[in-house]
Amino acid sequence: MAITSKPRVRVPAQAKAGEIIEIKTLISHEMESGQRKDSAGKTVPRDIISTFEAAFNGKPFFKADWFPAISANPFQSFFFKATESGEFTFSWKDDGGSEQKATAKLTVG
Amino acid sequence: MISRRDFLIAGTALAGLFAGQPGALAQAARGQTLSQGDLLKFGASGTVTLLHITDIHAQLVPIYFREPSVNLGVGEARGVPPHLTDQAFLDVFKVPVGGRDAYAMTSLDFQNLAKTYGRMGGMDRMATLIKAIRAERGDDKVLLLDGGDGLQGSWTSLKTKGEDMVKVFSALKTDAMVGHWEFTYGADRVAEIKDKAPFAFLAQNVRSVEWQEPVFEARKTFEKGGAKVAVIGQAFPRTPISNPRWMIPDWEFGIREDEMQKQVDAARADGADVVVLLSHNGFDVDRKMASRVKGIDVVFTAHTHDAMPAVVQVGQTLLVASGSHGKFLSRLDLDVKDRKVAGFRFQLIPVFSDVIAPDPEMAKLVADIRAPYAKDIDRVLGQAGSLLYRRGNFNGTLDDMICDAMMAERDAEIALSPGFRWGASLLPGDPITFEQVANATAITYPACYRMTMTGKQLKDVLEDVADNIFHPDPYFQGGGDMVRVGGVGYSIDVGKEIGSRISDMVFLKTGKALEADRSYTVAGWASVNQNVEGPPIWEIVERYVTAKKTIDIKPNASVKVSGA
Amino acid sequence: MTFKAFAPTRRQALQLAAGAFAAALAPNLALATEAQVADELKKLFGGKSMAEGKVKLDLPEIAENGLVVPLNLEVDSPMTDADYVKAVHVFADGNPLPQVVTYHFTPASGRASASTRMRLAQTQNVIAVAEMSDGKLYSAKAQVKVTIGGCGG
Repeated sequence: MAITSKPRVRVPAQAKAGEIIEIKTLISHEMESGQRKDSAGKTVPRDIISTFEAAFNGKPFFKADWFPAISANPFQSFFFKATESGEFTFSWKDDGGSEQKATAKLTVG
Repeated sequence: MISRRDFLIAGTALAGLFAGQPGALAQAARGQTLSQGDLLKFGASGTVTLLHITDIHAQLVPIYFREPSVNLGVGEARGVPPHLTDQAFLDVFKVPVGGRDAYAMTSLDFQNLAKTYGRMGGMDRMATLIKAIRAERGDDKVLLLDGGDGLQGSWTSLKTKGEDMVKVFSALKTDAMVGHWEFTYGADRVAEIKDKAPFAFLAQNVRSVEWQEPVFEARKTFEKGGAKVAVIGQAFPRTPISNPRWMIPDWEFGIREDEMQKQVDAARADGADVVVLLSHNGFDVDRKMASRVKGIDVVFTAHTHDAMPAVVQVGQTLLVASGSHGKFLSRLDLDVKDRKVAGFRFQLIPVFSDVIAPDPEMAKLVADIRAPYAKDIDRVLGQAGSLLYRRGNFNGTLDDMICDAMMAERDAEIALSPGFRWGASLLPGDPITFEQVANATAITYPACYRMTMTGKQLKDVLEDVADNIFHPDPYFQGGGDMVRVGGVGYSIDVGKEIGSRISDMVFLKTGKALEADRSYTVAGWASVNQNVEGPPIWEIVERYVTAKKTIDIKPNASVKVSGA
Repeated sequence: MTFKAFAPTRRQALQLAAGAFAAALAPNLALATEAQVADELKKLFGGKSMAEGKVKLDLPEIAENGLVVPLNLEVDSPMTDADYVKAVHVFADGNPLPQVVTYHFTPASGRASASTRMRLAQTQNVIAVAEMSDGKLYSAKAQVKVTIGGCGG
């Protein structure tokens, strides 16, 4: 199943050179663990976002492999050392290869 | 093994010593040797006066409140203050037997001493003391802090969602408060109090679930007597576990020790001369936190309702325990030199309502608040035949009454009643008014449910709740005293681990062992689940007391305690 | 107002009686064990030894909601090209599956720190193992209690 929801990202718009900034992200998703049974007793198949990746100016700097223990509507925060102005790219990929992206600009000065 | 009965026998033996002399004590208390001036005698010193009230539980008028006779500490808290009761408490704090402090701070000979020293608390008396101290020191040297659980615990507070006490705290010119039961009015109401009240609502340990961002102001700095006093707030860390999480679904709590250290460091960096933690952690959690977070000068403790006539020192940190229900006002004068606390003087001032003149303005405010509810709160339902009290680690007689009411009115074999620490006491012969019932039951999730549970399920409940009180690491504790049980007896070894503390569960109706696989009908109240069905608990208790007329509770010997 | 009696499941009974909330995942599942976590570590690192320290796991002592337990971790590292944290693997020894999350850091991360939220089925240990750029391993363990709750206070 494709990831349909739009991710949300909180990134400071500006930073000083050398400053370490916190980035927070959220995306709506059931994160169906594959462990749950429906009312008929049938196991609901696993359907999770398994990879989250962050890149700056095209260069990946942080990746998370999520397992079924990650809560629904996964939240991820992490850090980045700002050195130059540019653009973040964030991507969420599910088990089937469907992908959602978000971008954010950062001005360093 | 120490059984509950043993505790009771010990209490009775000592009570006998004083049986002959209430008259002399009464003279001592009423006018002869004890006066309002005596209570206020302090010998002001230093730079700034910090006043602390806490866990008032919305008691606007004077009440009786019997302190616990059983208050067990585990792990490092075993046998040390505040886990001392009765004679052990008097010995450690060098409090004379049978005197006013023994009455105020212990349960020893409570019934007799209550006749001598009378009711305690009342916001009009509290106002008199606070105004007198402000007059003595000057407003610019006095900081008044409330440790939480002030806005809940009475019929008027339930009906006004705590607005009655917001008015009282505003009139007292309170500077800041923290919260616990306040959150059971729901997130919107708490946000409203935070935004509208003239005092600060502080909490460093509450975050939004979605973005993990602070919900409340973490700290506020006050300039008093030329010193900068930073006050950091700490809400009850286990609120969403002990109370309904669905009422505050977007907020996360927790102890957040690392964040606390950051707040202390930031306060110092901002130029604070004194760092005060206004906490609702509970005493044992505060003691651990004070040993691990560096740079806190004073912790005003709360939640566990401990009243101690001296501060407890952990390293450089002073821990103050100011009791509950408006029985006490804590005064701590600090001498600040070279931007540091150089000395202190402390007094736990007991609020004896018979010797303190009511403040007329506050008396009027209290009367105005209560007037619209007079028909309810003054309604007499019956009479106390024996002392009715709640506080203590296991069953209190007031809880036994509530359990009896549930079993009778809901036709249940077993009753479970929450181990709240709040609820005023009644002396034998006192009328039981609806207000007295509300003082022990006024919550926003009062449904009295009825269901079936197996013996195994009941044991699991007791084990889980016991671990919340008797886990040796206070950071893993939460909630109140042990759940009260009607219809079942059990033994508990508080020194064991979860799963093996509870044994010998007996179904009292038959006197036989509780069967793990048998189903029993169980009534209870204060479930934190949403959409629980049943009539409010105060209706159940009102029906029961009205029918019974006189409530006479025999000492409860069905809980046997060991490992203490 | 209804007065019907019903027979709750163990979990419902616990919630109703004492107070609190649901354990996270469906009951009656085969849950992971310490041995399974050890197996996973063996798959990743062979028998390589692990030191304690450097890794800081910041977890609530008691979960407020077993479905959404905050997980914060930080590894002490200068995060330079010569000396940084490559990865952190997080496990839970009482969940149906032991794996929780694996983080891959780079020197550009600045700090080897991350926060997310996880499901915990019951009281259990959470284990984090950090893999440094020089191949050394560091670990930390913390217990999270999943409770039915106390009684107000």
